[in-house]
Amino acid sequence: MLALLPQLVLTGLTVGSIYALVALGFVVIYNVTGILNFAQGEFPMLGALLCASLLAGGLSVPLAAVAAVAAVCVLGALVERLAVEPAYGSHPLTLIIITFGVSMAFRGLALMVWGADPYTLPEFTPGAPLVLLSGVLTRQAVWAIGLSLAVVAALFLFFACTVPGAAVRACADNPFASRLVGISPRRTSLFAFTLSAGLGAVAGIVIAPITGATYDMGLGLGLKGFVAAVIGGLTNAPAAVVGGYLVGLIEALATGFLTPGYSGAITFLVLLLVLFLQREGLLHGAQRRRA
Amino acid sequence: MTAPLLEVCGIRTRRGGIEVLHGIDLDVRAGEIVAVIGPNGAGKSTLLGTIAGVFPPAGGRVRLAGHDLGRRAAEEIVRMGVCLVPERRQIWSGLTVRQNLLLGGYHRYWRDRAGVRADVARPLRIFPKLAELIHRAGGHLSGGEQQMLAIARGLMSRPRVLLLDEPSLGLAPRVVREITQTLEQLRRAEGLAVVLVEQNVKAAMLVADRVCVMERGRIVLRGRPAELLAHPGVRSAYLGKGYEVAG
Repeated sequence: MLALLPQLVLTGLTVGSIYALVALGFVVIYNVTGILNFAQGEFPMLGALLCASLLAGGLSVPLAAVAAVAAVCVLGALVERLAVEPAYGSHPLTLIIITFGVSMAFRGLALMVWGADPYTLPEFTPGAPLVLLSGVLTRQAVWAIGLSLAVVAALFLFFACTVPGAAVRACADNPFASRLVGISPRRTSLFAFTLSAGLGAVAGIVIAPITGATYDMGLGLGLKGFVAAVIGGLTNAPAAVVGGYLVGLIEALATGFLTPGYSGAITFLVLLLVLFLQREGLLHGAQRRRA
Repeated sequence: MTAPLLEVCGIRTRRGGIEVLHGIDLDVRAGEIVAVIGPNGAGKSTLLGTIAGVFPPAGGRVRLAGHDLGRRAAEEIVRMGVCLVPERRQIWSGLTVRQNLLLGGYHRYWRDRAGVRADVARPLRIFPKLAELIHRAGGHLSGGEQQMLAIARGLMSRPRVLLLDEPSLGLAPRVVREITQTLEQLRRAEGLAVVLVEQNVKAAMLVADRVCVMERGRIVLRGRPAELLAHPGVRSAYLGKGYEVAG
């Protein structure tokens, strides 16, 4: 039984890296706007399916991937401008329900455009899988983990070392003071949705060669990403990334040691436990120390 | 006499459906410090917030160098040269002193990145203490240091008019003296116009050229500090009956 462990850990890290990106999208939007964007899971779906269509149209994998991420960023911006921004000032529940509506609209549109059959994307660098600690890691899994870590590092550098990144943090921390120096909370909100959509698209494109892409893949990814974000306390980006890897590992271990049918249930059981034990998230203490 | 740099004409402001300011008139010239004093709830902070674009006026006008600021938002008004340093400092506690200062010049960052970075040296010359703390998080500064940072951040926007809301609140007398001396330098050296809202009436009287007394959303008295110090109502309400006029 324990011989399975390395393989399960590698699988957990692979899917965990995708959950981490989705969770980061939740955290960025929540920090800046205070909104739980339940349409977050649809951005990976749109990224993956758009990329599949662009590939079918004759573009190369890198070009199709970049174009799909850019297109999803535009969709994220449109969601903010057309659906969320007009409702600012409404009850938080209203804003959450709007994001649910956007999620369902995207899923319905995707079903109309791409149908219910799964699409496959080619591996970025096809070849024999790597063997690591007696587990097998496909080259696409290395891409998933590597790209996720690279994006997390780039985001860290952006928020910690650049003035526009500091402006986003400032707006999240104190929108009133931000307005007084010329930082527009409206523009920052637009940026947050655009960035989160891009993060989601990257996640979808990088995982699609492993799992395939379907119109309803966003539901599961969004919920797992949400659990990861809650584990991180919803406001702490590094903790949300750790949460993503935790969810991935829990899911993989549950699949391997219990039964695949229970993996989702166990993930949500973890969410309930986190909410019962510490309403602000398992890793909220780390965030307080960071602040 | 020079023309006013900032003119507030008949400003009325509503907050939560209630009119808080009932037609305020105020003007400030370049290099002049005008203090606004009054009891809690008089509308002093609302006045500054209205000038800075935080609260849209329900009536009246605010003009800067003859240009109507209209109902522009705060983030636009700071670009025009009016900067509010709000009550309770409102610095970003998770950002370093340097980041706080850089963001003070954010409204022109995309046009002049190098200029904003170079400008950080200026408030550090005015408040040398901040230079020693440049990499420290804003939340780890003392109250006085945070107030210096809040003013320094305001100066990074290169304002022509600085609106200061209760800068002495909760600070030691030594720090209050330091801050008032800095204001004095700034108005002399750079022609900065300052509207100073203060509960610390003695500190306000020492630095201001003119003083307005606000009550219930109206300016009920205005004049030079010496005139108001001689006013028995002002003395008993704000300075205490035993207060002696210095000099």
